[in-house]
Amino acid sequence: MSLLPFAIAAWLFIIGLYGVVTSKNFVHLIMCLVIVQSSTYVLLLAIGYKVGGVAPVFAGVKVGTPAVDPVVQALMLTDIVVEATVAALLLALAVQAQKRFRTLNPDKLQELRG
Amino acid sequence: MLILQIAILVMVAAAGTAVVLTRDPTSQVIGISFFGLLLALMFFIFQAPDVALSQIVIGAVALPLMFLLTLAKVRLNVDIARISDQQNAKRKENEEAA
Amino acid sequence: MSRRVRSVLFVGSALAVFFVYLWAARGLPRFGHYQGPYGDVINQVGVFERHATDLVTAVNFDYRGFDTLGEEFILFISVIGVTLLLRQQPEEAKDEQDNMAKNDESLGRDAPEPSDATKVMTLALVGPLVAFGIYIVTHGQLSPGGGFQGGVILATAPLLVYLAGDYKTFQRVASHTVVEIGEAIGACAYVAVGLAGMAGGGLFLQNVLPLGTTGNINSAGTIAVISAGVGLEVAGGFVLLMHSFLEQALSLRLRSKQ
Repeated sequence: MSLLPFAIAAWLFIIGLYGVVTSKNFVHLIMCLVIVQSSTYVLLLAIGYKVGGVAPVFAGVKVGTPAVDPVVQALMLTDIVVEATVAALLLALAVQAQKRFRTLNPDKLQELRG
Repeated sequence: MLILQIAILVMVAAAGTAVVLTRDPTSQVIGISFFGLLLALMFFIFQAPDVALSQIVIGAVALPLMFLLTLAKVRLNVDIARISDQQNAKRKENEEAA
Repeated sequence: MSRRVRSVLFVGSALAVFFVYLWAARGLPRFGHYQGPYGDVINQVGVFERHATDLVTAVNFDYRGFDTLGEEFILFISVIGVTLLLRQQPEEAKDEQDNMAKNDESLGRDAPEPSDATKVMTLALVGPLVAFGIYIVTHGQLSPGGGFQGGVILATAPLLVYLAGDYKTFQRVASHTVVEIGEAIGACAYVAVGLAGMAGGGLFLQNVLPLGTTGNINSAGTIAVISAGVGLEVAGGFVLLMHSFLEQALSLRLRSKQ
């Protein structure tokens, strides 16, 4: 049972990747990429957690109470904002691809040339 | 592990599966907004309030907004392409008739 | 490679990866028994060394400030990429589309005016939202918050203006040039603080401002300044993203109204 968070992270990764592999619409593919990125958050969170720990904010809490790891949280924080901008860049690419090739199907996007 | 933690982890996995298995992008946007909120709740339950603040605004507001605007632009492009095809076809007919 | 071959190959390798991963995860420390020394050390000394009570922000902007500089520039460059990819079309394409819109009514159809309830609610919330965003940015070192969170909250305030009125009001409130300049100033401020650290103490991004008393808003040295710069940059970046996408999606409707 203590493997549950790691298993959930692996499940999210695999189901997101399945969505990417069998997608028929480019925008649907980008949303599945967001799911794949979320699996890393679950994994990082699971690594830094301490049973009975509090949040690593010591305003009013005595220094020395067991707290969870702040370093992994710092990594996740910037990662979330970067995920949104990377998704925006991919969406801009999707708009231009649709204008040029008139289709959003990833399979057909490879065949139409010129 | 508390019941709450197990429950929220299972709900996150179920929401992620639902997002992938919905094929129509317009309905999927609602799914991803809900998935973002569930993730933020999970961050709170695992004692990470900073990350939860970030995730609430981005996962529930900024990302769905950009997806919906992209879908609107794609629909507009499809309409423009259809109308310009019609106009080209009409022009060709007139040229052949003349 | 056809779809079926791709799917079959994927399912096979996914199952293999899943089981190998679970077998490897048994070697990690048990869930809930975090052992690594780094997090515990920061929890013990962070409050005394930096006079900041929110250790996640302290780690982000001070202990690992250089990584955050890199991530902030990833954001900056992605916004440049989106603005480039979605730049305005050349004039002939615009005229052709306007002709099409005149002949065919369904193109660029008008959306209904937002109802009074929507207008009142969104406009009433803009003020508190800006105040809340500034509060979260400036109290980053005391309570959960900081530059990134406050920046995205500030970026949703112009979005509320767009929801309430027209895109034209949105353009006037958050004009393109002003937002671009603000975002650039935010990005430069981070590097400037780093260089000031080099001038004052010898290391890039060293904390050289006075540390103040713990629990005061005026504490933790350069963390507050960096937080403000990052907040400005993130807010500017997201407003620019919204500008680019909105311009694309609403281009016909706007030109037909002029």
